[in-house]
Amino acid sequence: MSFFRTSTLHLSTLHTKLRRELWQMRGQTLAIALVIAGGIAVCLLSLVNYSSLTATREQYYQEHQFADVFADLKRAPRHVLQRAADLPGVTRLSGRVEGVAKLEVPGFSDPASARLVSLPPVGQPDVNRIFLRNGRLPHAAHSDEVAVIGSFADAHDLRPGDQLGAIINGRRQTLTIVGIVESPEFIYVIPPGAMLPDYDRYGVLWMPEEALASAMDMRGAFNSLVLQVDPSFPVAGVIDLLDRLLAPYGSTGAYAREDQFSHRFLSDELNQLKTMALVFPTIFMAVAMFLLNVVITRLISTQRDIIAVLKAFGYGNWQIGWHYSQLVLAIALIGYAIGTAAGLWLGRALGVLYMEFYRFPELLFRISPWWLLLLGLLTLLVAWLGGWRAIHHAASLPPAEAMRPEAPASYQVTLAERLLSWIRFSQPSRMIVRQLARRPARAALSVTGIAMATAIVMVGNFQFSSVSLMVYTQFAKVQQQDLTVSLTDPVHQSAMYGMARQPGVRYVEGRRVVAVELVNSHRQWRTALTGIPDQARLQFVVDEHLNQVPIPPAGLLLTDFLATRLGLAAGDTVQVKVLEAERPVLDLQVAGVTSEFLGVGAYMNLAAMNRALKDGAVVNQVLMNLDPDQAETVYRDLRDTPRVMALNVRQAMLDSFFETLAKTFLTFTWVISVLGGIIAFGVIYNTVRISLAERGRDLASLRVLGYSHNEVAHILLGELAILLILGIPLGWAIGHGLASLVVTMMQTELYRVPLIISGRTLALAANVVIVSALVSGFITWWRLRNLDLVAVLKTRE
Amino acid sequence: MHALRGVNLDLFAGELVVMLGASGSGKSTLLNILGGLDVPTSGEVKYQDIDLTKARDRDLTRYRRNYVGFVFQFYNLIPSLTARENVIAVTEIARNPMSPEAALDLVGLANRMDHFPAQLSGGEQQRVAIARAIAKRPKVLLCDEPTGALDSATGVLVLAALDTANQETGTTTVIITHNVSIAQMADRVITLSDGTISGEYRNSTRQDPRTLSW
Repeated sequence: MSFFRTSTLHLSTLHTKLRRELWQMRGQTLAIALVIAGGIAVCLLSLVNYSSLTATREQYYQEHQFADVFADLKRAPRHVLQRAADLPGVTRLSGRVEGVAKLEVPGFSDPASARLVSLPPVGQPDVNRIFLRNGRLPHAAHSDEVAVIGSFADAHDLRPGDQLGAIINGRRQTLTIVGIVESPEFIYVIPPGAMLPDYDRYGVLWMPEEALASAMDMRGAFNSLVLQVDPSFPVAGVIDLLDRLLAPYGSTGAYAREDQFSHRFLSDELNQLKTMALVFPTIFMAVAMFLLNVVITRLISTQRDIIAVLKAFGYGNWQIGWHYSQLVLAIALIGYAIGTAAGLWLGRALGVLYMEFYRFPELLFRISPWWLLLLGLLTLLVAWLGGWRAIHHAASLPPAEAMRPEAPASYQVTLAERLLSWIRFSQPSRMIVRQLARRPARAALSVTGIAMATAIVMVGNFQFSSVSLMVYTQFAKVQQQDLTVSLTDPVHQSAMYGMARQPGVRYVEGRRVVAVELVNSHRQWRTALTGIPDQARLQFVVDEHLNQVPIPPAGLLLTDFLATRLGLAAGDTVQVKVLEAERPVLDLQVAGVTSEFLGVGAYMNLAAMNRALKDGAVVNQVLMNLDPDQAETVYRDLRDTPRVMALNVRQAMLDSFFETLAKTFLTFTWVISVLGGIIAFGVIYNTVRISLAERGRDLASLRVLGYSHNEVAHILLGELAILLILGIPLGWAIGHGLASLVVTMMQTELYRVPLIISGRTLALAANVVIVSALVSGFITWWRLRNLDLVAVLKTRE
Repeated sequence: MHALRGVNLDLFAGELVVMLGASGSGKSTLLNILGGLDVPTSGEVKYQDIDLTKARDRDLTRYRRNYVGFVFQFYNLIPSLTARENVIAVTEIARNPMSPEAALDLVGLANRMDHFPAQLSGGEQQRVAIARAIAKRPKVLLCDEPTGALDSATGVLVLAALDTANQETGTTTVIITHNVSIAQMADRVITLSDGTISGEYRNSTRQDPRTLSW
């Protein structure tokens, strides 16, 4: 009984000590806690979004019966659907009519286009159901009723009851919007052939099957098939069977969900979130460990006599160890609490941002409590490991030794001073250099911490320059046309002369784009083969150094990414399965390989391509340069031209991209800069504060000897300046390394971000760190005013 | 509570004054006020024409820098600077300093100039502190228990150094101590108790500190 009472007393006194010490060093406690919080926040932010997006997508797919396999074809009679349904493994399917429309949106003069998808006569389709956000589904009896995808409706502020002009299959119609919808097929809405979304100029419309079929001359037939596969059947097998079934109907080949554009894009994004959940928190935790180590070591060295007294009173090693462990764990818990709150809050905020890109009915906010628990335990463990060395040292200090002050610090004339003997060092400068040299490991870790902060800001920001360059290259260098006109079918090149003579058109260039599957033994890749004319002036192929790559007179030119995937090199022969018209299969030589930022391409000389396809001099895409004053007239004329399928305006695409990019990146840049700033502040503030604690006596002595406040501050801040001068360039180097790692990890089929570190990125990273240093420096400078000059004279070190 | 009350004191150029007092007698507070480390709550402190009573932090700093030398009980050398550099730390901000070497020579440390404090004995460290204090040719040299942390034999060497410095530079020197024996080396002895001056006398001759012991 009495034992119990004593031990509770022990605990509560030590707890009081703990609480007071945490409060006394609240600045440092907070600085370390914030670094931990930064790591937790980024980790949670990524985890929350990963879990939420994954869960949201899963549920969305499930509830809306998202297809496992997709097939596009020219035209098949509806009875073929039954044969498809009978294929082994197929559980449900929808045959649909799809089409394209040129749209006329009231008050919007740019050309807009839409993908049209049919809805069954009654209710929802069996596969790829749509989500009704607002209004109702089109009624089969009303051929003018449509449902519009939310992204397009939002961009134009369209509501049920509004009307749209549409040219479908050359015929003008007025459509009435009755519903605003979303679809699991179009979570990421992107125009065909484009790399970036363009909500203003591209949408998806759902129409009653009857209405769309009659507009497209597809009565009693379908040209798109989506189906679900029993999980126990291999999807590839179903695709094979389906391809055999649909081949006579002009199928371009069925493909799996993994190759579906919207799905694939979202998966890439989810993978990036996973990477982010790992890389950034690791850096933060490493820095936090270092800070805890330094701070606790310092604290324990000032408390040697207290430890001795406690031990003399009979506290055991274990109790002392636990006492200091609690201090570390308390700091970790504070960090964890702040980090969790911030992470969940930021996660939600980022989720809202994601919802602007990804069209989900709603975002399910998900985070597993197990993740939170695991993260909490990891935090405590990491923090404790950070303090372990110092804690262990304190616990194992023999009481008699602890009573004695630590051995006096011994210093040396540093190598730097000898090497720089031609400089007249002032004595404060010597103090700075020697202090750093006396604890080289700590100085090195401080420099590393500052470097890490710099690197984090860099990694967060370099992508902006890189993506900007990538897009600039693609749209300003590679695509010099103002307008791309896609035709429904190939036309003879002579048709272009008519277009060139239209008012407002300055220059035209024709090309031909054909859907193909490239096959090299067991490897295959579906892509577009682009035929580029001799001396192309508007759009051509450039390598990553922005040099124009000549198109070989015969054979294929492949993007290096694609060549590697297919295991091909220049000189090899590749099988080209054309997925259009007569579906010929050709064996062509790979004439060259080139690098590209965006997309995966296969290119060929236009004339050679037409020869290989046994066609005349035909094109199916016309690139144009326009007189800006007459652009709208040209748009209007082309919209009314039959056989013109879609128009893409380059500048509009570029503007909308940069607008979105700027917004996203500004948010991201801000968050990362704050996080980098927190690390920098944590490292710098603690370094300076510990320096102040260790050298307060020296500085006070100098103050007594007549040094002014600023002269004394110079000694502390000079040390800081040296750490910064070493840390920032090192951070640039580490940042460069991390950035190239990120670039490699982010290589996808869609884009390969070039590694561009601009001066702006370097400057921003340095500035974030310098601002943190200024804040820490100012706090220290302020504290120096209150240096107790009298006390220092009376105390032994 | 006042640490000092009703203290009225003049210090004259070149004299060596020993202030005696037990701990709590107010001698350190007096020294802090004389040295420009502290200002009294009431009353007047003047150094020549400078009024230290109303001085701001910057003025006090300038006063300490230009006129005052300090010697502390625990030496307060900068551990990262050698003996010579500790002296230079003061001479490089002084207006008319002696050479650091001359100052160290005066305290008998010409051969230990490039040692760091950790490589010097307590007495040697205190003599470096004295060299540091006199190198700027201060008008007033204030010593707070300069032998407090030293044994008698070493303490005598330190006092001898202070005596030499006083005689050769003519600096007004104030030594505060609780050690009565030291009083014999002074021109004038002031005794403090309970925050007031309780006694004051002049020695007819200053005794050579080398003959002192305690």
